[in-house]
Amino acid sequence: MWRYLAGRALQMLLSMLVVISIVFVLTRLSGNPVLLLLDVNATERDQEILTRHLGLDRPLPVQYVVYVKNIFVGDFGNSVLTRRPVTEHIWERLPATVELGFVAMAMSVLIGVPLGMYSAVRRGSVLDTCARVFAVLGQSMPAFWLGLMLILFFGVVLGVLPAGGRGDFRHLILPAFTLGYFTSAAILRLTRSAMLEVLGSDYIKFARLKGLHEQVVLWKHGLKNGLLPVVTFAVLLFVQFLGGAVVTETVFAWPGLGRLILESITTRDYPIVQAGVLVLSALYLTGNLLVDVLYGYLNPRIRHARA
Amino acid sequence: MLARSRDLPWFPGAILALLVFTALFAAYLAPQSPTAGDITAKLIPPVWMERGDWEHPLGTDRFGRDVLSRTIYGSRISLLVSLIAIGVAGTFGTLLGLISGYRGGLTDAFLMRVTDIALSLPLILIAVVLVAVSEPSFGNVILIVALLLWPRFARQIRGETLGIKEQDFVALAVVAGRSSAWIISRHIFPNVMPTLLVISTLQVGYVILLEGTLSFLGVGVPPPAPAWGLMIADGRGFLATAWWISLFPGLAMLFTVLAVNLMGDWLRDHLDPKLRQLGGRAEVLELLAPRPATPVADGASSRDAAAAGAASLRRDT
Repeated sequence: MWRYLAGRALQMLLSMLVVISIVFVLTRLSGNPVLLLLDVNATERDQEILTRHLGLDRPLPVQYVVYVKNIFVGDFGNSVLTRRPVTEHIWERLPATVELGFVAMAMSVLIGVPLGMYSAVRRGSVLDTCARVFAVLGQSMPAFWLGLMLILFFGVVLGVLPAGGRGDFRHLILPAFTLGYFTSAAILRLTRSAMLEVLGSDYIKFARLKGLHEQVVLWKHGLKNGLLPVVTFAVLLFVQFLGGAVVTETVFAWPGLGRLILESITTRDYPIVQAGVLVLSALYLTGNLLVDVLYGYLNPRIRHARA
Repeated sequence: MLARSRDLPWFPGAILALLVFTALFAAYLAPQSPTAGDITAKLIPPVWMERGDWEHPLGTDRFGRDVLSRTIYGSRISLLVSLIAIGVAGTFGTLLGLISGYRGGLTDAFLMRVTDIALSLPLILIAVVLVAVSEPSFGNVILIVALLLWPRFARQIRGETLGIKEQDFVALAVVAGRSSAWIISRHIFPNVMPTLLVISTLQVGYVILLEGTLSFLGVGVPPPAPAWGLMIADGRGFLATAWWISLFPGLAMLFTVLAVNLMGDWLRDHLDPKLRQLGGRAEVLELLAPRPATPVADGASSRDAAAAGAASLRRDT
């Protein structure tokens, strides 16, 4: 188990290093950052001073080491546009992204688990068919388009929900659903198959023979055992949301980290783009590691096999 | 074992046939140019609405470009990106998978660690940086998509190879003194073909969604190309007044991806003998990896399979 975890952690660090390296290479390829930082009227002397100040006159490998070191101590430099530390910008936007991710996760579980469960119990019924259509569509629908159509219907035509921005809970409904639809479809299918397996088992038959109320059988005996994979899944989803944040936040003008990154691309504020991408990547990789740990913990086959 | 005709995937098949036909004959089918606009004819609604006319059956966008023609030409971009990206990633990934699986040992260990890392990268974010420092281009889109896809092929083909190389005919070829390259190309590769076909089909829908997402974010196919993602983004500012700009390319995308996914599912159920053997388990695995996911081939243990499924899902957004 410990060896397995150590291996996973090492791999995550390697992945992070790869991301950092790619970002480093790409930004160095993009031209001279000095020209970007300085005024148009700057003299050559000014350029020289700034180049030395930023350490850009040193050999590339040295620059790379300094770059990596700065990242690990959390120094991402200053925004080109506002001159404020990049970390401040990131901290301002991160809560909105996390909030949206949590609500979307809750929503996809609340939609996916009950639907999946009843879909399994009433196999072949109209409800089952509807649930499966819902799931298949969820896999094929482009999220950004779904978001726009939701805005069109609920925001423009019906006028019952705000079309964008962050505010009270009503602002959360559409973006959270957009972000969570695909995953709720996934949860639905996962719950459905897990429940189908559980419902066929002997202990469910026995619980029914004992004369327990059907709801007790389903929720207490059935769901409890069918839920294990779903729980693991939910964590995984949250991680996924961080990655999908860029799209949903753009559609709904949600002031999160993803949108900050895209805005900064338009204004060519590279330090923010870099830092934003690295922070989201780190969260993403850490989340994936957590899932592996959780999976290993919950699944005895791994817990013992790799001990 | 041929399927009976009622079991054939008529619905996805028809949509896909229509799509390919549209892409091939876009020049004859589209009533207008996809890129040339007429500024005097901007934001015309579809024909069934007031002010609509038959010249622009699905209306025009803010530059007066015909939405129907752009949607028709858009099918070309989606298909082209998927074909090239999957071709590149499939070739590279299959090659690595074959070598990794056949060689085993250190080569295998090394190649699979590289694959693991590649699988774990948040590539949408990397795509964003790539485009931030260069310019959006058709080539960049292909590059990013291919980067995202190759590990899936490598992993799957490696798993298949592991099983096939234990077979007697491979051992006999080794005894007969055939070279590794000969054995791989004559004995192993033909046997992984069905799996390769299934994985490729299952990826098409995913690639179309990914290209759409990148284009929508402005980091994909550059304007004024009639990419569906770009058209949807174009209509964003006109939702209240000209919803048709975003609606129709989105519908085209939805039906295309839906058809490809259904077709991929069908192919997996009917072509891949490994998965057919798995029987009931195949469904569980499919659930773990709901999107055009990798069918399970490793055969090593169900845990590997489930983890691979979960892993491929997590990579999907």
